[in-house]
Amino acid sequence: MQNLTLAQISKGLEAGEFTSVEITQHYLDRIKQLDQGENGLNSFITVNEELALAEAKAADERRAAGNATAWTGVPIAHKDLLCTDGTLTTCGSKILSNFVPPYDATIVENFKKEGAVCLGKTNMDEFAMGSSNENSYFGAVKNPWDLERVPGGSSGGSAAAVAARLVPAATATDTGGSIRQPAAFTGLTGLKPTYGRCSRWGMVAYASSLDQAGPIAQTAEDAAMMLNVMASFDEKDSTSIEQPVPDYTATLNDDIKGKVIGLPKEYFPENLDPEMASVVRSAIAEFEKLGCTIKEISLPNTGLGIPAYYVVAPAECSANLSRMDGVRFGVRCEDPKDLEDLYKRSRGEGFGAEVKRRIMVGTYALSTGFYDAYYVKAQKIRRLIKNDFVAAFNDVDFIMSPTTPTPAFKTGEKTGDPVEMYMEDVFTIALNLAGLPGMSIPAGKVNNLPVGLQIIGNYWNEAGMLNMAHQFQTATDFHKEAPAGIDSNR
Amino acid sequence: MEWEVVIGLEIHAQLATKSKIFSGSSTAFGAEPNTQASLVDLGLPGVLPVFNKEALNMAVQFGCAIDAEIGKVSVFDRKNYFYPDSPKGYQTTQLHHPIVGMGHIDITLEDGPDKGVTKRINVTRAHLEEDAGKSLHEDFQGMSGIDLNRAGTPLIEIVSEPEMRNAKEAVAYFKKMHSIVTYLGICDGDLSQGSMRCDCNVSLRPKGQEEFGTRTEIKNVNSFRFVEQAINCEIERQRDILEDGGSIVQETRLYDPNKNETRSMRSKEVANDYRYFPCPDLLPVVIDDDYIEAIRSHLPELPDQKKQRFMDDHKLSEYDASVLTASRELAAYFETVAEKCGDYKLATNWVMGELSAAMNKSDVSIQACPISAEVLGAMLLRLKDETINGKGAKTLFQSLWEKQSDDVDALIESLGIKQVQDSGAIESIVDEVLANNQAQVDNYVAAAEDKRGKMLGFFVGQVMKASKGSANPGMVNSVLKTKLDEKC
Repeated sequence: MQNLTLAQISKGLEAGEFTSVEITQHYLDRIKQLDQGENGLNSFITVNEELALAEAKAADERRAAGNATAWTGVPIAHKDLLCTDGTLTTCGSKILSNFVPPYDATIVENFKKEGAVCLGKTNMDEFAMGSSNENSYFGAVKNPWDLERVPGGSSGGSAAAVAARLVPAATATDTGGSIRQPAAFTGLTGLKPTYGRCSRWGMVAYASSLDQAGPIAQTAEDAAMMLNVMASFDEKDSTSIEQPVPDYTATLNDDIKGKVIGLPKEYFPENLDPEMASVVRSAIAEFEKLGCTIKEISLPNTGLGIPAYYVVAPAECSANLSRMDGVRFGVRCEDPKDLEDLYKRSRGEGFGAEVKRRIMVGTYALSTGFYDAYYVKAQKIRRLIKNDFVAAFNDVDFIMSPTTPTPAFKTGEKTGDPVEMYMEDVFTIALNLAGLPGMSIPAGKVNNLPVGLQIIGNYWNEAGMLNMAHQFQTATDFHKEAPAGIDSNR
Repeated sequence: MEWEVVIGLEIHAQLATKSKIFSGSSTAFGAEPNTQASLVDLGLPGVLPVFNKEALNMAVQFGCAIDAEIGKVSVFDRKNYFYPDSPKGYQTTQLHHPIVGMGHIDITLEDGPDKGVTKRINVTRAHLEEDAGKSLHEDFQGMSGIDLNRAGTPLIEIVSEPEMRNAKEAVAYFKKMHSIVTYLGICDGDLSQGSMRCDCNVSLRPKGQEEFGTRTEIKNVNSFRFVEQAINCEIERQRDILEDGGSIVQETRLYDPNKNETRSMRSKEVANDYRYFPCPDLLPVVIDDDYIEAIRSHLPELPDQKKQRFMDDHKLSEYDASVLTASRELAAYFETVAEKCGDYKLATNWVMGELSAAMNKSDVSIQACPISAEVLGAMLLRLKDETINGKGAKTLFQSLWEKQSDDVDALIESLGIKQVQDSGAIESIVDEVLANNQAQVDNYVAAAEDKRGKMLGFFVGQVMKASKGSANPGMVNSVLKTKLDEKC
């Protein structure tokens, strides 16, 4: 039962092969066995057993009443950055370790309307800042492919949970690669949509102009199912864009013959690990077999992506996180002697090191005298990067690259050097700056660890990307591999 | 040394929108603390702002009213600072691209040596922003309470050029802005509830010097009177320091009306760096000429236009027209009175005279005036059609003011002030008065002709007295004259 995809679970429920309560209990048992305790993966911060079973029961009743949708009774999990009415939402931070929102994020609400079951909230780097899920107040998450390695971040909990089949799919968010990099590290399919595709209402902001939610799933077909629910225009989010939401599953089997794939030379640098390059190039060769043509292209401003990102994202976060002040919600320091002490200690004790680093960087970048040199310049670079892509998409239908420079690294390996950690996102970050959609799909393995292929689409072409990914997955089996040691026979 | 005073004002006006600038919560005043604060106003994690188009419309109305450039693309910025009544840790405002650019208004001084002189004051800009909540420092045993009902109320901040040269000009400017926003109906103008507040920037420089002196900013002054007092005592303070050879510290100060002094707001001078940057949660506000013109063409009549109309069409003096149009409510009151009695001159005299004196004496505003405009108009109509005379009108006014009744005609009856128009009745009173004052009649007859006019006044007074003031004075005059002349 554990390797069932979303699509299979949906069909199984419809066919009456099992009930929602049964499948929900199945996953809850797996979470208990594999996630919790000292040797557990630690991919969940909150498991809402009682609520999940109540939702499953309600879903079964809804099905019996004849009002079921494809989603009714299907279990999923939400990244702990999405607000859930009445359920703890920590963002992986001590400062929100007691925060129970009085409302649902629009994405959460969308799933509720369909009758999906929420098993719980997944672990993450604090406020989505990190590439290894080592920056969580609730502890690091282990990669099910190798427990000594990281699952990537910041959506490491969602990725590890789906990879270990503790949940068939999960929501995630991506500000610089936080969906695609963990999906690549755990052998999954992850998609970051076009900026404005999914509502940000109720998604705690890290960097508002870059944040976008998307799915992490086992297959492109499941990712399409997820996006069908996650994508919506939302009047409560001024940056949400009123663009019709297609049925992303409807075009999965379209012919991809004749599609032109661009390979930017900057994304295949000379120092790229040869084994990584070889896995990615052979995956791309598979697309050639499916009738696509390959074209070398150039995105000349690629090298400016990381520096621009590390001005814009910290600048925005330095303001976004100001509301975490210990005054109205969240953790307040003990016995503040005055207002200044309350602020200083609540925030000093409540935030972890990486969050503080980015708040300080952002505060500096916005200061009088530095604003033009950093923030304004970074915004100009965003424009240059966007222009690179717009020009490239005049000639190609998709752009492909490795998702990450290396497979999953070891826990603790990069924690000492923030810049080395930041370089993890070198291939993913430009899309957030440009607002473009991108996804990662399993393309093979290096040293027995999964490797991701990044597919970049033009604005609003999520359906095309999912079509490409699904055709690849129809022709290959990389996505079917699951990590060893996750059979629930204990 | 002779000093020149330089004053610039920043006026915050709460816009009278039904809901807040970035959330759907009500903006009504006076509710229980935190009952009108939504998730957005509370600044909870994950919430997002959505710009209220009604606030945009009002800001553009204001821009059109002061003949300003309207920002076709205006941008909201975040102004970062920590304070408990600022729930997000930043205020959403407009720094570089305000909705309203350079405009101007004309002010007319009400009193002082320059009474009646008109001066143009340029308005640098006006931008939209959100109001903060309130910190409540009482009733919490050493702690502070926070009420976020006001948080997110739309404000327009109107920034003047530093073109005012004394406190009276500043007050005239503040009053003019008050009248413009209330005429437009975009602000209720209630200073006592903080709907309009004023920050006064004051500096001194030696007369003839071009460079500005160091300024101080007096924050949140909330009445016309306090603006004048605060500026004057700040001018005094700065002059004393400068004349003693000291220098002014650039700082924000508070005015204490009880002690009539300003004092520094911060014990520690921390240079705040607000780290403004464009709010990534809000898109730039883009409007086109059609939008602006549609608003411009529907503007209500503004105080200057109304004043001009009163002068041109109804021959009011400039001073009378200025006073009567200073507030929307007074102007509306006056127009109703004038239309009801059909005589603008008469209405002007009574509204500026008797009514205004009574209001001053009882310290009531035109909104709380016990005599409605319709009733005063009806009364003046009776004066005009000579049902009552001037003396009767004063008696009647007093009864109306005391709210004895709103029925003008019934009161005229019950007060017995109906003017006697019957010539027979007047003649018999005249005969009686002449008979009772033979000595004065003899004097009159004996007097030279050019002295008699003056002497006639005595007899008029006696007749009016005998008629209990109700005789038609014109008729009394002519009957008396005829009868006395017969005796000569």
